[in-house]
Amino acid sequence: MANKEIDEISGVETTGHEWDGLKELNNPLPKWWAWTFYASIIWSFVYFLLYPAWPWFGGPTKGFLDWSSRGQLRQELNDARAQQQALWDRIAVAELAEIRTDPALLEFAMASGKAAFGDNCAPCHGSGAAGMVGYPNLNDDDWLWGGTLNDIHKTIAVGIRAVHDETRDNAMPAFGRDGILQKQQILDVVGYARGLSGQTTAGANLDDGAIIFAEQCAACHGEDGRGNQELGAPNLANGIWLYGGGTEEVIASIANSRNGVMPSWDGRVEPTVIKALTVYVHSLGGGL
Amino acid sequence: MSETKNLRLGEGLTAACLGLGLILMIVIAGKTHDGAMQFHAYLLAAAALVAIAAIVNRFLDRQETDAWRTGESGYNLGVVKLATVAAVFWGLVSFLAGLVIALQLAYPAIDLDLPWFSFGRLRPLHTSAAIFAFGGNTLLATSLYVVQRTSRARLAGDIAPWFVVWGYNLFIVLAATGYLLGVTQSKEYAEPEWYTDLWLTIVWVVYLLVYLATLMKRKEPHIYVANWFFLAFIVTIAMLHVVNNLAVPVSIYSTKSYIVWAGVQDAMTQWWYGHNAVGFFLTAGFLGIMYYFVPKRADRPVYSYRLSIIHFWSLVFLYIWAGPHHLFYTALPDWAQTLGMTFSVMLWMPSWGGMINGLMTLSGAWDKLRTDPVLRMLVVSVAFYGMSTFEGPLMSVKAVNSLSHYTDWTIGHTHSGALGWVAFVSFGAIYCLVPWLWQRKGLYSDKLVNWHFWISTLGIVLYITAMWVSGILQGLMWRAYDSLGFLEYSFVESVEAMHPFYVIRAFGGLLFVIGTLIMIYNLWRTVHSGEVMEKRAALLQQQPAE
Repeated sequence: MANKEIDEISGVETTGHEWDGLKELNNPLPKWWAWTFYASIIWSFVYFLLYPAWPWFGGPTKGFLDWSSRGQLRQELNDARAQQQALWDRIAVAELAEIRTDPALLEFAMASGKAAFGDNCAPCHGSGAAGMVGYPNLNDDDWLWGGTLNDIHKTIAVGIRAVHDETRDNAMPAFGRDGILQKQQILDVVGYARGLSGQTTAGANLDDGAIIFAEQCAACHGEDGRGNQELGAPNLANGIWLYGGGTEEVIASIANSRNGVMPSWDGRVEPTVIKALTVYVHSLGGGL
Repeated sequence: MSETKNLRLGEGLTAACLGLGLILMIVIAGKTHDGAMQFHAYLLAAAALVAIAAIVNRFLDRQETDAWRTGESGYNLGVVKLATVAAVFWGLVSFLAGLVIALQLAYPAIDLDLPWFSFGRLRPLHTSAAIFAFGGNTLLATSLYVVQRTSRARLAGDIAPWFVVWGYNLFIVLAATGYLLGVTQSKEYAEPEWYTDLWLTIVWVVYLLVYLATLMKRKEPHIYVANWFFLAFIVTIAMLHVVNNLAVPVSIYSTKSYIVWAGVQDAMTQWWYGHNAVGFFLTAGFLGIMYYFVPKRADRPVYSYRLSIIHFWSLVFLYIWAGPHHLFYTALPDWAQTLGMTFSVMLWMPSWGGMINGLMTLSGAWDKLRTDPVLRMLVVSVAFYGMSTFEGPLMSVKAVNSLSHYTDWTIGHTHSGALGWVAFVSFGAIYCLVPWLWQRKGLYSDKLVNWHFWISTLGIVLYITAMWVSGILQGLMWRAYDSLGFLEYSFVESVEAMHPFYVIRAFGGLLFVIGTLIMIYNLWRTVHSGEVMEKRAALLQQQPAE
């Protein structure tokens, strides 16, 4: 069996073994292969000497460079902080209006606000802040709780119906679910509310709707339906609908109420970051 | 000799165990409050019932007491056939699941709001189907074939080999249906829950015993290199599987369990397992395939015996250390990260030893690549193997990893290995095996193999280049800072930037599926209308040569 033979094509001797017709040549290791292998081993041993490597009694070997990933992270964070510290310190004490008028502070706040917005706000409001159904567009000048710097700052800090002692809160009744209004009454008031922005609603009696609106809605949304930012009551007359302005959507809003939630960012991000976010969001569509 | 025929001891014991299992499953199904557990218990009970019926049937069908001695003295090719068919079937399942989740990433609405059709459940279905169902059955088929041929011995055991292949596929069905029902222990590539793990452990130990016993009764003085790799694969997977899946079930009636490892130890154990699933399942096992099918198809001796020894031992020694490179820049201590990186770099040449031995075996036979598309597939698989095993150590260097980690680059790397190496070497082996097993003169059509090869290769190239670009883009976007030191992009902007690459990737996957369908048609025609081998040649194929 163990017959070493010379392979005709390569001229190399076989090992003399054979399995199911398979043989093996007795070629040596390719030189470049062996040397690359040795080099990778030598490189590794040098690395072991320089960096933390082997577990040992009393802790792993530390390496001659005295490097650690935590140390490197600490260093990088410190460097980054040092680069920004002066401006953060100024933001911390500046009034919001001051940040808006000081070019250096404004540039800094806008850059950090944009990054913080992308990380924290974009999932709901969209990366371009255009919002989506149920999440307000921040680019227009329609504001539920006010669009001044101070209003926006408060909204971001305390949130809406959030877990915060001073959170912004209101509760529109669920007129249908709680049996306050009948089906036809809801349709009538929907017709009236949609009519404020020039839309017509099939089957709605606008006169009845006006009476219901005055009784049930005007207290918060105003007699003219233009809303009240103090209470967070949306403007119903400007054609902007957070949950959609079609008949079905508005019926659903009135019948079941909506009560959307925005988290409070107080304690979740630095106060200075809330300020920067405020300036950034205000720049998108804020008012006085 | 005309005694009455007897039930063999193995048959009797197996049937008895199955009977006990059947009762246990019925009890569990009756007492559990867990819908998924109940389903699995009924499934196992049904499997036990079918298996008992099969044993009874086998006994009744037996003609004479000792006929099996002569009738079954050849190679046991039935189990090889079964595993080959299963490999092809699961291959298609896994590629289709991959295509669906690739489309879901590009167009998330495709999850159709169905829980079982969501990315989170289909993704483990895809990975497990690819690695364990397609890859595993290919390894079963090839290893059980190769160990017989290169040992000149019939597979050890009477029922045991059948138990291994059917049992393994039952494990796959349990795992896959579990994923769809939301049963998972959330460990990547080790998602099946405790009872599925236990079942696999039993099957795997029997596999090891069958393999070892067959090697022990070999009629060759030496053990062929392919068998070293298969054996390393079987032994190591047993160890990895058991240690990584150590868990305490909430109760015997519940699918839920808790892993005994916690925190960073759990992460380290998981990636010690995860990386060596790549190392020993997808590398060592498939190198075993390569070492038999490439020299066989090329009809040339293996290039270097010495290289095969050195690269085998260095590969198995070094691979087991490389797991920590999945956990760079995490809570894993620095020293463990260092070891993971350096051992990964040292692993480069041992991995390439297999590529050199595969490619250089063709010296003197390169002209066959022009005429034999199956050999071309095998050779290209070895080339992809070389590329992935260079890319792997490269990505294990911490500086590179800081860019590549958590990005699609990793997905691209995985798939250049999975599609280019694992799937192609499997296709090559299956194209060889099917005519051999069903005694056909050759494949139904070499031309169709050629189409399969080119369509799939194009698919792979589209897939991995799309993932390279998207991965590097992701990595660069995540680390981009503006002049004031703030992040340039939000995460969701990087997600938006991926969309075109996800579409290209899905298209590449579609091509791969089309190639597979062509293969299935070709194999089907080979079995059902291929030219049958002459009797003498067929007999030689079936009998160990004396």
